[in-house]
Amino acid sequence: MKKVFSRPKSLKNAAFHYCPGCGHSIIHRLVAEVIDEMGLQENIIGVPPAGCAVLAYDYFDIDMGEAAHGRAAAVATGLKRVLPDRVIFTYQGDGDIAAIGTAETIHAASRGENVTTIFVNNGVYGMTGGQMAPTTILGQSTTTSPGGRKETRDGYPVKLSEMLAISDGTVYIERTAVSSPAHILKTKKAITKAFRYQVENKGFSLVEILSGCPTNWKMDPVESCKWINEVMTQHFPLGVIKDSGDKKDAR
Amino acid sequence: MASGSIEIDGESCKDCKLCISVCPHRLINSSDRMNQKGYYAVCFTEKELKKEERKCSGCGLCAIICPEIAIEVYRG
Amino acid sequence: MAKVLMRGNHTVAEAAVRAGCRFYFGYPITPQNETPEYMADRLSKLEGASFTQAESEIAAINMVIGASMAGGRVMTTSSSPGISLKQEGISFLAALELPALIVNMSRGGPGLGNIAPAQSDYFQATRGGGHGDYRTIVLAPSSGQELADLTFDAFDLADKYRTPVLILGDGMLGQMMEPVEFRPDVQLKKLPPKDWTLTGAKGRPSRIIKSLILDPVQEEEHNWKLMRKYEKITKEETRWETFETDDARMIVVAFGTGARIAKGAIKRVREQGLKVGLVRPITLWPYPSRVIRDFSKKVKQFFVFEMNMGQMVEDVKLALEGNAEVHFYGRPGGIILTPLELARVISSRYYQKKLG
Repeated sequence: MKKVFSRPKSLKNAAFHYCPGCGHSIIHRLVAEVIDEMGLQENIIGVPPAGCAVLAYDYFDIDMGEAAHGRAAAVATGLKRVLPDRVIFTYQGDGDIAAIGTAETIHAASRGENVTTIFVNNGVYGMTGGQMAPTTILGQSTTTSPGGRKETRDGYPVKLSEMLAISDGTVYIERTAVSSPAHILKTKKAITKAFRYQVENKGFSLVEILSGCPTNWKMDPVESCKWINEVMTQHFPLGVIKDSGDKKDAR
Repeated sequence: MASGSIEIDGESCKDCKLCISVCPHRLINSSDRMNQKGYYAVCFTEKELKKEERKCSGCGLCAIICPEIAIEVYRG
Repeated sequence: MAKVLMRGNHTVAEAAVRAGCRFYFGYPITPQNETPEYMADRLSKLEGASFTQAESEIAAINMVIGASMAGGRVMTTSSSPGISLKQEGISFLAALELPALIVNMSRGGPGLGNIAPAQSDYFQATRGGGHGDYRTIVLAPSSGQELADLTFDAFDLADKYRTPVLILGDGMLGQMMEPVEFRPDVQLKKLPPKDWTLTGAKGRPSRIIKSLILDPVQEEEHNWKLMRKYEKITKEETRWETFETDDARMIVVAFGTGARIAKGAIKRVREQGLKVGLVRPITLWPYPSRVIRDFSKKVKQFFVFEMNMGQMVEDVKLALEGNAEVHFYGRPGGIILTPLELARVISSRYYQKKLG
């Protein structure tokens, strides 16, 4: 029998510190698999977030440079200015990208920065203990939206991916999930396309990935996947939000 | 149907049970063996279920969903 | 090379480009708008260079961080409120040990303030401004020529010590047109290579540039490492100028534009026979404390003049350790004293102290 599944080379041999069933672990592996398959390991620089994945550099065996909370898109812009022929990507959570980092993200996208963004959406601020995030859905209980998010008290969730699709600078926006093997394989395809568009110089691409946070959702991992599939996708529908990669010429 | 097999690294397992939830042949189960991290690692039960003729097909769904990359899959 | 007549905001940009700066990130704010405008034009004509108008001063400083990580000579400029926005980024630059130049053309404050020149960002520049135990080298030019020269030095210092450097100017320095001569262009290829940059892990192990150090033992060691660096900088890079101090009975301490006014005032009072001299710190950090303390062996009256409510005066008092009397005269909010007006205040203080 032949081995058909093993650990990607672009991941260091370190055990993840993430909680049991955390989507970050799955997404890290997918990104590493894509880096391996596309041969990017020597050519790629990643910018991790502030959040649970702040320690992403302990896992990815690639050059990585820390950014302050929310500023990854700006740091990525600076890297790309000096190294336009390297592949630059950011890996950010929902608070990092859609709360404190909103301006940097919208403007990097509007400038058509030729970078790739992996947006991990788990609807809470995980590392800090489960506070409300811009993508917390109405009715979802968090430590700063006790009793469930109420539009009158807490406002509405932010649909950043849809907002970014409006800009001419974005070439590809897709929302996927890691809540089932089928979704995971679709996520990997989306990540591959997002990196491919960068290599082809087509502009800003982003993959939003619905991901479980069992600890702060107060569910077990299997329930978390169910909640993503049945509830979260009602508010954050999966699918391609924008793909103009075939129309755009290389910039 | 192709035949397959998996190897689970019990020491990496955090007992999230996602693999159990996706295995189409129900060949993975919780165990009562605690690993060094303090989790009850899951285990591959094909040997125990040979009588029922439930066999691993090497589909790899367990490995695809395992967050800890604790599962290696063999097929052929 | 020939002298050119140039506005300060243009001088700093031209000097930076000749010093090898190829990456500029900034945002419009008066009184330094001429700098991003000049850079937009200048860098568009240079191979391998880029100008970016960022969406905010926060975005600009973070772009500086990224570009510095990649090994470029990089800078940003702003004015007081914008520099406030950059403070987290500057703390990060220091912690990540990244070279970069930040230029502050200070204006009246606090808050939105006004667009007139002031020196009220001294604390912000020298006392961190951002969080944590760190220092930035702070250079205070007092003329267009010195602005040009210190810009060249700033990039070398930043690279040599892997640390951010701040040039503390003000609106007057930025707007005045003065004759300037630039040093010869830096040959980028001849600069020492950087073995710590993020360029993609080709032919070498992957690198991480980070400042998160969760283990307190390691974080403490990182802080000690930074402090040892700052001690070295203090020993080797402190700069100052003295003017008419040999027989002085009162020494004026002033920096930047304030020192320029003070020189004019001292020339006038000298004509009246008053024995007044000037110590002009050029590095505000590291501060030339030893120089001031040494003068206090013979001089017991110090007169600090700043265009603020009293910031550098604290460093003078710290340096003197009570060995001399310190007078302070400050005008905030963008008021620019004339040398004659300052001369009157100095003489009145001089005679009050019966030094004549």
